Amino acid sequence: MTGAETVQVPLSPTMSDVEAMAEAARCLFCEDPPCVRACPTGIDIPLFIRKIVSGNRVGAAKTIFDANPLGASCARVCPTDELCEGACVWGKSSRPVEIGRLQQYATDAVLERDVALYDPPSQPIPHRFAIIGAGPAGLAAARELALAGAQITIYEREHSPGGLNTYGIPPFRLSADVAVAEAEMILSLGVHFERGVEVGTHVRPEELLDSYDGVLLACGLDAGRRLGIEGEDLEGVMDALTFLRMAKEGRARAGREVVVIGAGNTAMDAATTARRLGAERVTIVYRRSEQDMMAYRFEYAFAKSEGVQFRWRLMPVGFVGDGAVQVVRCRQTEADPSGAWRLAEREERLPADQVIVAIGQARRWDLLDAFQVPHRDGAVTVDEQGRTGRPKVYAAGDCVWSGKGAEATVVVAVEQGKRAARAMLNDALSRRVENGVAAEGSAWPT
Amino acid sequence: MADLTVEIAGIRSPNPFWLASAPPTNTGFQVERAFEAGWGGAVWKTLTDRPVRNVSSRFGALHIADKRMVGFNNIELISDRPFEDNLAEIRQVKRRFPDRAVVASLMIEPDKKQWQEAVRKVEDAGVDGIELNFGCPHGMVERGMGAAVGQHPDLIQRQTAWVKSAATVPVIAKLTPNVTDIRASARAAVAGGADAISLINTINSIIGVDLKAHVPRPTVAGLGTHGGYCGPAVKPIALYMVAECAKDDAVCVPISGIGGIATWQDAVEFLLLGASSVQVCTAVMQHGFRIIEDLVDGLNRFLDESGVGGVRDIVGKALPNYVPFGSLDLDHRVVASIDAERCIGCYKCYIACLDSAHQAIAPGDAEARVPSVLVDRCVGCNLCEAVCPVACIEMIPMTELVGQCQVSSVTAHP
Ligand SMILES: Cc1cc2nc3c(=O)[nH]c(=O)nc-3n(C[C@H](O)[C@H](O)[C@H](O)COP(=O)(O)OP(=O)(O)OC[C@H]3O[C@@H](n4cnc5c(N)ncnc54)[C@H](O)[C@@H]3O)c2cc1C
Ligand SMILES: Cc1cc2nc3c(=O)[nH]c(=O)nc-3n(C[C@H](O)[C@H](O)[C@H](O)COP(=O)(O)O)c2cc1C
Ligand code: SF4
Ligand code: SF4
Ligand code: SF4
Repeated sequence: MTGAETVQVPLSPTMSDVEAMAEAARCLFCEDPPCVRACPTGIDIPLFIRKIVSGNRVGAAKTIFDANPLGASCARVCPTDELCEGACVWGKSSRPVEIGRLQQYATDAVLERDVALYDPPSQPIPHRFAIIGAGPAGLAAARELALAGAQITIYEREHSPGGLNTYGIPPFRLSADVAVAEAEMILSLGVHFERGVEVGTHVRPEELLDSYDGVLLACGLDAGRRLGIEGEDLEGVMDALTFLRMAKEGRARAGREVVVIGAGNTAMDAATTARRLGAERVTIVYRRSEQDMMAYRFEYAFAKSEGVQFRWRLMPVGFVGDGAVQVVRCRQTEADPSGAWRLAEREERLPADQVIVAIGQARRWDLLDAFQVPHRDGAVTVDEQGRTGRPKVYAAGDCVWSGKGAEATVVVAVEQGKRAARAMLNDALSRRVENGVAAEGSAWPT
Repeated sequence: MADLTVEIAGIRSPNPFWLASAPPTNTGFQVERAFEAGWGGAVWKTLTDRPVRNVSSRFGALHIADKRMVGFNNIELISDRPFEDNLAEIRQVKRRFPDRAVVASLMIEPDKKQWQEAVRKVEDAGVDGIELNFGCPHGMVERGMGAAVGQHPDLIQRQTAWVKSAATVPVIAKLTPNVTDIRASARAAVAGGADAISLINTINSIIGVDLKAHVPRPTVAGLGTHGGYCGPAVKPIALYMVAECAKDDAVCVPISGIGGIATWQDAVEFLLLGASSVQVCTAVMQHGFRIIEDLVDGLNRFLDESGVGGVRDIVGKALPNYVPFGSLDLDHRVVASIDAERCIGCYKCYIACLDSAHQAIAPGDAEARVPSVLVDRCVGCNLCEAVCPVACIEMIPMTELVGQCQVSSVTAHP
């Protein structure tokens, strides 16, 4: 297999019927199950697993999708050790039930067989909503609003829906095919999809605010941040999101000697992807220590098992090369007694024919300013329901992530999208009632 | 090493494990393989003097969750191979394995001469005993055989007497459980002169229905019929019937216990309730002859650890403790006690007690999730113990919980 193919092979193939049955039978059907509490979208896990046991695979998928419109993607990318599986009671005396893989088994039945799980709403309601971004947050909101009978338009600057599921997360964890198929399932509920349309460029925010009952900012984060050091424009230096996007599309190339800068989730993904693409040596360079790293333990373990090497307390200060990068100049760092990090004198030069910068994504200042929504350091401030404080404007997903607390994950974005959808509908309904227009035919629970 | 040998109505075998009359004992080839593996005896697949034909398919299974088979059902008849072929194979097996018990199972049309002719032939082949199949619940009944006999004590008695008047080897009457009082069958067999009884044969059953075709399973060319049920699920019924017979003074012959035996523990239970040997069918059909290694090893270790000399010493040891309901002490109370160390916090005990018992278990704190038992509400029903997946609930006598609460009691049986 060539590198380009290896990187597409799923790490976790869908279980066979026999495997799924044996694993599903381990679930105890707990009362007040801790796994459900640990799932941000609150999937009724024991119920869907019980349906697998009874051979009701499509019913199991329905239980999952009811709570999580992106159940198939989540099955593959959720940090389950930290979420549902981490809470499974079996963890106390043996190993947790493999909830994620069972979820994949169940939802694949629907994706593969193209089963329509939801009837189009019988009673449309007059409310119209605009959603900016067809990533997990936007899609989840669209699904909830579509089932309520509202009219929805998603504006997406890319060609395909899915957001980072389609363009970011490494293909060996989530293929673009699955991400797009799942998104299409949602769009097929009568959602109007404006592809290739960038709000702010092709459409003005005021237009949206004037013509819709509510607008959801689900625009995620921006391109990867730059280091701002010498040589960053040399050939061979690229940001991780660009690299991963090319990998997802099957057109990425890895160098022989790759240096990845940063030690968060994206850095681990870029490093392992480079290895799978055939890089001989991949080294993650991080300016702080092992304990400070943002990546999950399981990601770190996986990266090590893929042969990725690690250099701690090393800060890149420049890239050197004749047209193309050849060397990464680094300085060692040290923590002073107060815990602050500073550069030490010693310099080190790491050879590299490819450098991938993974130090986080930039914020969407432009869009936030255009909508005049309050934000803190580029993260939109919202209440629990995704209200921004500005009437008719809501936000969900990575664009509200403060950098702390609940992680920026697909499953969290989905839950935020769901909640925002509810708030949008409730607010729109009460506005109409206030304005003397009878709320027509909506059975949305308040 | 404990003494595993048994003797039942004069038939000896090196261990108490026999293969029941069924597919595993259909041919000499199979029985020889079984004996090589270590089985103590074999009751040959039931023979008859006139040919029968079997259907296809024949078996159905009851599975739980992940395809583990807990019950098994068949609509197979008795041996469909020529009588003479079987006799020749019996002769050869007995020559190769003189120390094992080889018993011929017979099912013959209700005719004294035909029965006695068959007895003469199998004795001539060298069997150590004869088992009378009064139990097959399907197929043969229509011809006045099997359960058609086993459900009528007078017929059991008469046909057993026919056989006894011709047989020189011990005769075992195999009983059908498809009766209201198994003791009536057992007494009839004894009255007819049986040297031992064996039970149970299979239980009338429909194992399932094909949901799409609307046909009971197993399906034969679009139709289904009722069959005989066996396997782990029938063990409790078999244990009860064995105990009833063993306790009955009128049933003064040894018992060979059959029904759902898959492990050495199962076998010990039968022995404790009065069986002198045991027979196994379904477990072998599921796993092959090799399970005998653990059956023998486990039984041996159990006996050694219990400080018992041999199998014979535990036969019937639980019978004195098997009493009518009215003899139970109404003042005795146990309560559930949860081992917090081993509890995994699934709350199955909590919901079971809440929805189906006495609301006597309270959930614990949100983090640790160790439930607690409300001693004064717990009636000691055992439901929580039954549903706990890690066996960390123990029922302990109230007396061990001194001073914890006041126990009210009703002292007389209704
Ligand atoms: C490399 C990488 C790996 C990851 N791995 C995981 C993982 O394993 N598990 C996990 O749970 N999470 C993972 N994440 C995080 C996860 O992908 C995000 O949290 C999630 O995608 C956020 O969803 P979102 O809808 O808020 O934003 P996005 O997925 O970023 O979607 C935003 C969408 O909005 C569109 N858009 C933006 N601006 C405009 C505009 N002006 N007009 C029109 N459209 C616009 C974008 O094109 C995009 O499609 C990973 C992230 C990265 C970068
Ligand atoms: C497929 C099958 C065929 C059987 N055939 C006979 C038989 O020919 N004669 C007989 O006495 N019992 C027959 N039995 C009954 C078994 O000998 C035994 O009594 C019964 O299966 C219960 O034991 P188990 O639970 O270990 O299977 C048969 C059972 C099965 C499953
Ligand atoms: S969505 Fe994610 S967290 Fe929730 S149950 Fe599924 S795999 Fe677990
Ligand atoms: S905690 Fe584990 S065993 Fe219990 S319901 Fe959830 S998955 Fe099943
Ligand atoms: S059933 Fe057992 S493991 Fe589960 S909560 Fe109760 S005591 Fe604990």
